[in-house]
Amino acid sequence: MIFKLSEEQEMIRKTVRDFAEKEVAPKAGPMDEAEEFDYSLWDQMAEMGLTGIPFPEEYGGAGMDNLCYAIAVEELSRVCASTGVLISAHTSLCSWPIYYFGTEEQKHKYLDPLANGEKIGALGLTEPSAGSDAGSVKTTAVLDGDEYVLNGSKIFITNGEKADIYVVIASTDKTKGSKGTAAFIVEKGTPGFTFGKKEHKMGIRASSTYELVFENCRVPKENMLGEDGKGFKIALMTLDGGRIGIASQALGIAQGAFDEAVKYSKIREQFGKSISSFQGIQWMLADMATRIDAARLLVYRAAYLKDSGQPYSKESAMAKLYASECAMWVTTKAVQIFGGYGYTREYPVERMMRDAKITEIYEGTSEVQRIVIAANILK
Amino acid sequence: MKILVCLKQTFDTEAKITLDSNGKIESKGVSMIMNPYDEFAVEEALRIKEKGEGEVTVISVGGQQTQDALRQALAMGADKAVLVDPGEIELDEFSTATVLAKTIGGMEYDIILGGFRAIDDGSAQVVGRVAELLNIPVVNVVTKLEIEGGKALATREVEGGSEVIEVALPAAFTAQKGLNEPRYPSMKGIMKAKKKPMDKKTLADVGLDENQIAAKVKALSFSLPEARQAGKVIPGEAAEAAKELARLLREEAKVI
Amino acid sequence: MAKGIWVFAEQREGQVKKVSFELLSEGRKVADQLGEELCAVLVGKNVSDLTEAVSAYGPDKIYVIDNDALENYTTDGYTNAVSDLVKKYEPSVLLFGCTVTGRDLSAQVAQRFQTGLMTDCTGMEVVDGQLVFTRPIYAGKAIVKASCPEARPAMATIRPNTFAAVENAKQAEVINVEYGAGDIRQVIKDIIRQVSERPELTEANIIVSGGRGMKGPENFKLLEDLADVLGAAVGASRAAVDAGWVSHSFQVGQTGKTVSPVLYIACGISGAIQHLAGMSSAKCIVAINKDEEANIFKVADYGIVGDLFEVVPILTEELKKIMAS
Repeated sequence: MIFKLSEEQEMIRKTVRDFAEKEVAPKAGPMDEAEEFDYSLWDQMAEMGLTGIPFPEEYGGAGMDNLCYAIAVEELSRVCASTGVLISAHTSLCSWPIYYFGTEEQKHKYLDPLANGEKIGALGLTEPSAGSDAGSVKTTAVLDGDEYVLNGSKIFITNGEKADIYVVIASTDKTKGSKGTAAFIVEKGTPGFTFGKKEHKMGIRASSTYELVFENCRVPKENMLGEDGKGFKIALMTLDGGRIGIASQALGIAQGAFDEAVKYSKIREQFGKSISSFQGIQWMLADMATRIDAARLLVYRAAYLKDSGQPYSKESAMAKLYASECAMWVTTKAVQIFGGYGYTREYPVERMMRDAKITEIYEGTSEVQRIVIAANILK
Repeated sequence: MKILVCLKQTFDTEAKITLDSNGKIESKGVSMIMNPYDEFAVEEALRIKEKGEGEVTVISVGGQQTQDALRQALAMGADKAVLVDPGEIELDEFSTATVLAKTIGGMEYDIILGGFRAIDDGSAQVVGRVAELLNIPVVNVVTKLEIEGGKALATREVEGGSEVIEVALPAAFTAQKGLNEPRYPSMKGIMKAKKKPMDKKTLADVGLDENQIAAKVKALSFSLPEARQAGKVIPGEAAEAAKELARLLREEAKVI
Repeated sequence: MAKGIWVFAEQREGQVKKVSFELLSEGRKVADQLGEELCAVLVGKNVSDLTEAVSAYGPDKIYVIDNDALENYTTDGYTNAVSDLVKKYEPSVLLFGCTVTGRDLSAQVAQRFQTGLMTDCTGMEVVDGQLVFTRPIYAGKAIVKASCPEARPAMATIRPNTFAAVENAKQAEVINVEYGAGDIRQVIKDIIRQVSERPELTEANIIVSGGRGMKGPENFKLLEDLADVLGAAVGASRAAVDAGWVSHSFQVGQTGKTVSPVLYIACGISGAIQHLAGMSSAKCIVAINKDEEANIFKVADYGIVGDLFEVVPILTEELKKIMAS
């Protein structure tokens, strides 16, 4: 085993960290406060090619591997989890299924502008009664002539309202359950496609989360992604990869909170010395660092497996499970180290702790990850 | 237009400086960056190139780890890199300038760019020395550069204002902050960088020996500054504290 | 045999820079210790009038090149002039103020004579008959002592405000030398003056500086008011410059200017290591910041934990009274 990043992977970390610290970090607090993302950052990320990292150049991507992508999401999330999830949802949940399941024509029409950042992507999967049970979608798609007619709604959609292109899972044949589902590419502005309620969240508050509403929304039948009946499978495979993105986000949040905690523990003085000289703090920092490192190895392994074409469903679930719980644990400790200041918005660890929680929930809760892991072990 | 950029790898601006067991600056474990002023120079070179035809070559004198800074410039969009590794000898500005000038002497160029100073030793003289050796004019601390018809119009920062200087090319310019906003390397740029040429040379390759570049300046000793002691925090409400501060500045510190 | 401690007497529009007087004052001590003569070099147009001002600081000789071609500073013009003198009289030491001009000129002259140049020095002393210079490097995070043992002249630029300018009037011998014409390849097309009553940042005795805590460009007026009361320059941290509130020429720190004023008043500046690097050689540092944890308090001689928007106006009023008394 070689535990060393390649030269370009190192360069990506340095470049994205530099960008994140200089451009994103100063905006992270204000964006959280305003519950509004500053999309000039999106334009900068598009310029840098961060909007299509793991896709081939012929489709507008950077032609890099998934490990590079994981590193980029980690570094963005280290200073701003909302920025991390914007890239992660865009890349893993919308661009990737189009890349993997799309026809050549669909790829040129949709992946190209997604990857080069002209367009933002999102995935419409979750419904009020179909969360972890993604197979029981109630949104319907009925073929009428050359078009499918979509009806129903999707909730908690990351990048909702801001995205231009949506991959939407709908039922084409209710009698077949999850085998009667299909995925569709739906463009913003299609008649009958509107946005419902904006969610006001505990964390990742700059990330836009909306309800999608379909009322007799007519989508050309060539916009079906993959085969009819494969919607649920596409969703699950997309989530397998999406977990790497969210695991990277969680890893970044943990690292960010840890770095803040180390810095603060060195300058904060109590009883005449820096609090980092107290063993109680030292042990906390040691445990935080150890868990973060373990999470990183799991995340990078999952990305490596995906890159080398090996099965990664179990490993990405492990990475997501561990990294998200690590993020929650580490950010809680970081707030503890900051004491009263940590509970205020003067310091970023308060935001990081709120941001961390969602990583244990979305794209499969920790419980679902354990189900996936167990199912892989026991199969 | 052939543009050469002289760049240096320096310690990160946040690096903590310590001394090693020989009493010299410890470089182990310090994260290295491209000198920020050299980033302005690389960016300017790329902008000049992008306005017309051209080629940007980045050059550095340093150890093998300097390749990282050169690669960064390649990832930003430079076309070629040249690294001259002088080996384990003490260099001063004279030495570095001599190596650079000798290397550049064998190349074609219209414009030479560099940062006006490096943030490590801050000597602000290498590019000027190179220009002197190559017998071309130099304009320092440039905040605006326009190239047209074999001439350059450079705005340079001077105390209390600025000057606009015209020189004929070839010429050398040193970049000051404000010249431009350097781009971040793009992901595609990073991928392309590894395929771009990195010409690694030794002193002998450029036709020099150690004696010819022997440092003129000898460093005698290094030390770390004594940490400033925190003084007193003046208590009280704003009005009270401000009044007390004014008094202390006059009566205790005697600085006003 | 090279001989003489030379100081480049930098003038601009008929005014000799204070740093040149500082160098002559300290140069006198060094010259006496080394048993060499102290000389000033005065280059420009109509500079013969300035010999009196220069001789007030004690040089034995003043070399003057007065020529129309040298009216304004150009790299080539001044390099040629100073080099002609160096070639003719072979000084052992040549000192400049570490100013924009001093840096520019010294590098060219140093290379022309293939000699060593130590820049931005904050001290010089004679050790075993050799002049040893102290230079802060890594933006003041380390200090090196260095010398130029063999090549002549040994050259250095010295940071303004390092030495005191002490008058020591002497009848200096004025030696006029012809400017041996040479190409001046830099053609000055325009000179843009920024009209400011305030002193130059690097030469100011007092600096009032603002950072992120200023919250916006309009609030720098508060600092200007304070600066005007003290005859101070206004500076800024990188955060304020990067936010676009003030131009880069105001920036103090590792990627800005390094300053050594007598008094530095930091308002709303957190004290990032890069900023401290640029100002921690100030003799007295005052910090006004609402964050009691801010790093700046670790280096400040006097600190006020409070809202600068309340503190600074009151401080300005108080100092106005004190300055008037």
